Amino acid sequence: MIKTDVVIIGAGPVGLFAVHQLGIKGLKAVVVDNLDKVGGQCIELYPDKPIYDIPAVPECTGKELTDKLLEQIKPFKTTFFLNERVEEVKEEGNNWVVKTNNNNQFNAPNILIAGGVGSFEPRKLTTKGAEKFENKSIFYSVKNKDDFKNKNISIFGGGDSALDWALELSKFSKITLVHRRNEFRGAPHTLNEIKKLEEQKKISIKTPCQLDKIEGEDKIKSISIKYEDGKIENITTDFILSFFGLVMKLGPIAEWGLNMDKKTISVNPKNFETNKKGIFATGDICSYPGKLKLILSGFHEVALASVECFKRARPNEKYRFEFTTSSKTIQDRLGKK
Amino acid sequence: MPKITYVDSQENSKTIEVENGLTVMEGAIQNDIPGIDADCGGSMACATCHVYVEEKWFNKLPKAEDAEIDMIDMAVEPKKNSRLSCQLIVSDELEGLKVTTPEKQS
Repeated sequence: MIKTDVVIIGAGPVGLFAVHQLGIKGLKAVVVDNLDKVGGQCIELYPDKPIYDIPAVPECTGKELTDKLLEQIKPFKTTFFLNERVEEVKEEGNNWVVKTNNNNQFNAPNILIAGGVGSFEPRKLTTKGAEKFENKSIFYSVKNKDDFKNKNISIFGGGDSALDWALELSKFSKITLVHRRNEFRGAPHTLNEIKKLEEQKKISIKTPCQLDKIEGEDKIKSISIKYEDGKIENITTDFILSFFGLVMKLGPIAEWGLNMDKKTISVNPKNFETNKKGIFATGDICSYPGKLKLILSGFHEVALASVECFKRARPNEKYRFEFTTSSKTIQDRLGKK
Repeated sequence: MPKITYVDSQENSKTIEVENGLTVMEGAIQNDIPGIDADCGGSMACATCHVYVEEKWFNKLPKAEDAEIDMIDMAVEPKKNSRLSCQLIVSDELEGLKVTTPEKQS
C-alpha cells in the first residue's frame, strides 16, 4: 500500500499540470495511466499536430506540449504507474483506497480524475464471430513476432501500424494487406518498400475492400473480403491482424457511484469535486454549466481542485494563496535558488 | 433554422432544427440523438461521429479534407458516402440534409 496525498488518474496534459499545482502546494501525487506513455490524447491522437490555443504558446504539437509539461513537473519527482488501470475505489475513514489491475494499492485523501474520455483500447472488428477468435486468431497488436512465423496473415488497415507490420512479418510469412481504399497513409519510405514486396509477390495487396466474413471453428480457416463493387474474394488465413486505431472507453470509473452525465462526471465548478468528498474530476471528463473541452480549461480546473485537495490532505494547516514569482516556499519546492 | 434528419440503423428517423454554424455532430449531441458518440469532441481524432450521408446530399457537401478521409479509415464499416459529422457545418444550404448513423460507433 502506497500512501500519498493525491492519486491522479490520467497522465494527459491536465493530469500532468495537476502534479504541478499540487506540488507547489507541497502535496505529493502519484499518476496512473492505462497507456504505456504519458501525454494522453496529445501523444496518442495528435503527437505531430499543432495546437494553437495554449496561452502564451502560439503553436506547439501534442508531443511538445507533453515534453514541456514533464519538464515543468520534474522537480516533484512524481512516480508514474503506466500500463495500469484503476479498477476499484473504496472509502476507508476519510481516505480512499485505490486498486489497479496490476495489484498496486494506494491510500490517499484525494483522487483526482483527469481521464479524458476514458482509457484507450484498440478498436475491435465488428464482423460476426470476430469476438470468439480474439487472441486466438485475431490480434490487435503483436506481442511476440515468433507467434506469427510461417503463417497466412491478413492485415487490415491503411496506416503506419498496418504497413509496418506487413513489412516486418513478410520476412517469414505470407501477407495479405487489405484496405478500404486504394490510398494508404504511411511514411513514403514504407510505401515504397511495400510496393517492392508486392512486385516480388511477397505481399498481396487487396483494395478497395473490407472484411466480410470469417470462417473456421476453433481457429480461423479463411476469410472473405468484399470489394467496393460487391465482388467477394476468399483468402486462406491463419491470423488476422487489425489496426484501426484506438477507441476510448470509460471503463470502471462508471461504477464508482459518481454522478454521471452521459460519459462525463458532474462536478461542482467551485472546486471540481464530484458528489463524493475527496474525488475530483477535471479536464475532458468533467461537466458543469458552460464546460469547454479545452486543455486550458483543464489547467484552470486542476488549479482550483488542488486547493481543496490541500485542505483535505492538511486539515490542520491553513491554506495560503501564493504567487510562484514571489513565494520563497514555492521556489524551494521547484528547486530554484 | 435548417432541418436535419438523423436516421438510425433500424431506420428510426428524427428531424430536428439545428442552428446555422453548429456542426451536424453538435446538433445530434445537443438533441440527444443516439448513435453519435463524438468522443473527441470534434477534433477529428476519433471517428465516433461517423455518419452515412444520403447519396444526393453527398456530392453537394464541401469535400472532405485528407485528415477526415484518413480518420474515416478508422470508422466502423465505412462506405463511399461516409463522413464525420463534426466536419459538416450547418447552413441554409443544408436544409433537409439526411444522415444515417451506423449500428455502432466503436
